[in-house]
Amino acid sequence: MSWLQGFGAWIEEILAHLGLYASFLGRTLKRLGSRPLYWRLIVQQAEMVGVQSLPVVLLTALFTGMVLALQSYIAFHRFGAESMVAVVVSLSMLRELGPVLVGLMVSGRVGASFAAELGTMRVSEQIDALWTLSTDPVRYLILPRLLAATLMLPLLVIVADMIGITGGYVISVGMLHQNPSVYIDKTTLYLQLNDFYSGLVKAGFFGMLIGLIGCTEGFYCRGGAAGVGRATTRAVVIASMSILVSDYFLTAWMFG
Amino acid sequence: MSEAQQPRIRIRGLCKRFGDKVVLDGIDLDVMPGESMTVIGMSGSGKSVLIKCILGLMKPDAGEVLVDGENWLGLDEYEQLKRMRRVGMLFQGSALFDSLPVWENVAFALLHHGESREAARSRASEVLEWVDLPGIEEKMPAELSGGMAKRVGLARAICHKPDIVFFDEPTTGLDPIMSDVINRLIVRLHRDFDSTIVTITHDMKSAKMISDTITMLAHARIHRQLPANKLESDQDPVVRQFIEGRAEGPINVSERNGTGT
Repeated sequence: MSWLQGFGAWIEEILAHLGLYASFLGRTLKRLGSRPLYWRLIVQQAEMVGVQSLPVVLLTALFTGMVLALQSYIAFHRFGAESMVAVVVSLSMLRELGPVLVGLMVSGRVGASFAAELGTMRVSEQIDALWTLSTDPVRYLILPRLLAATLMLPLLVIVADMIGITGGYVISVGMLHQNPSVYIDKTTLYLQLNDFYSGLVKAGFFGMLIGLIGCTEGFYCRGGAAGVGRATTRAVVIASMSILVSDYFLTAWMFG
Repeated sequence: MSEAQQPRIRIRGLCKRFGDKVVLDGIDLDVMPGESMTVIGMSGSGKSVLIKCILGLMKPDAGEVLVDGENWLGLDEYEQLKRMRRVGMLFQGSALFDSLPVWENVAFALLHHGESREAARSRASEVLEWVDLPGIEEKMPAELSGGMAKRVGLARAICHKPDIVFFDEPTTGLDPIMSDVINRLIVRLHRDFDSTIVTITHDMKSAKMISDTITMLAHARIHRQLPANKLESDQDPVVRQFIEGRAEGPINVSERNGTGT
């Protein structure tokens, strides 16, 4: 009976957490329709989420594109279909790898940072201090982070897509001696605008997840330094898992 | 009851529990305009919870918090925030915003409610001068000592001229000299601005120095309320145990959960 109770408690905890995320999202979005919107803080957070994540995103996308070209070349070479490497690289980057890898990298960097920063503010009573200074903590702290993550992820994915495809091109043309014009032709021939847009929709959704989970974990953090540590770990793990799970459902919804 | 006799803060039937633990059990309390009231009690007796419930930082399970006759607990979030303009709060750990220089910390409320940066900075300098910390406007909170941070926290609490100021353990973690400096600032605040002050502390020297009235919380209820100058001569066994700092007595130290006696 005890394993059943444990399983029940686990399900209950998951449902409670989902409820907390949903209500916190609603509470935050309710602020969108009224002033002030703290534009300066939104820009600051956008710089933190977008510009400061660029190096890690560029490196991830470049090597992913390169290794994808290398691996798919080995496979296609067996069937004499080497020219299809361009299609695999571009489609994979745009539809899946771009948004998912950027989402995972940003959840590690930004989701952790949101949770740690807000968690520290919570345990040192800075969030309570905001309230007593007649400033809405959700509007001041959460809304700018949520907006920045949701808006910057698609921009990062555009950059990652370009760099990943370029990485594939460099390996295919420079190392595997494929014809450059054939590679570019194949890249453009099989791509549809929908492939590009679907990646951006996913990226926006993943950005919202990263912002929401990082902010919620930090905002409701309890228990001093250890609590901040736990909140940070949870933010990264839950955001990463949510990205992978929701990626399946988004793909099934958009292409099913 | 005439206008002059109406309490600034009136608490009625305030209850709060965490799981099975009852922290506040039907608290009734009045704080008059211009009064400096100090709430004392052992760690875990519910002092901080009481202040958090008054300020809307924590939702009580039952009860009313009336400020000048208006029930703040019945207001929506937006209206509660607006009422916070009347309030200042010095937190136990100062709770300064790490990313902002001292002057922006002090003038935070003004900057976020339409005051120009020049006017807000000028007011911040004025208040920093008042807490005897002139010329530190550009310093960051990480550069301040504990005593300086407390005074900057006090400056921030009063910069927007609130008429009710709350102090959460204002002298905790400070040396005796700096504690005296903070106590004197609170006394000056009370005298010069006629603010209504609510302090929670277990520093008895501080309580006697800054208070008109002392309220003792024990067993989740208000155990005793008396003028500060009667505290030393009070013969209530719980009060005696507390001010003499004895482990033996009616408060059972091993069951400090609000129910042990």
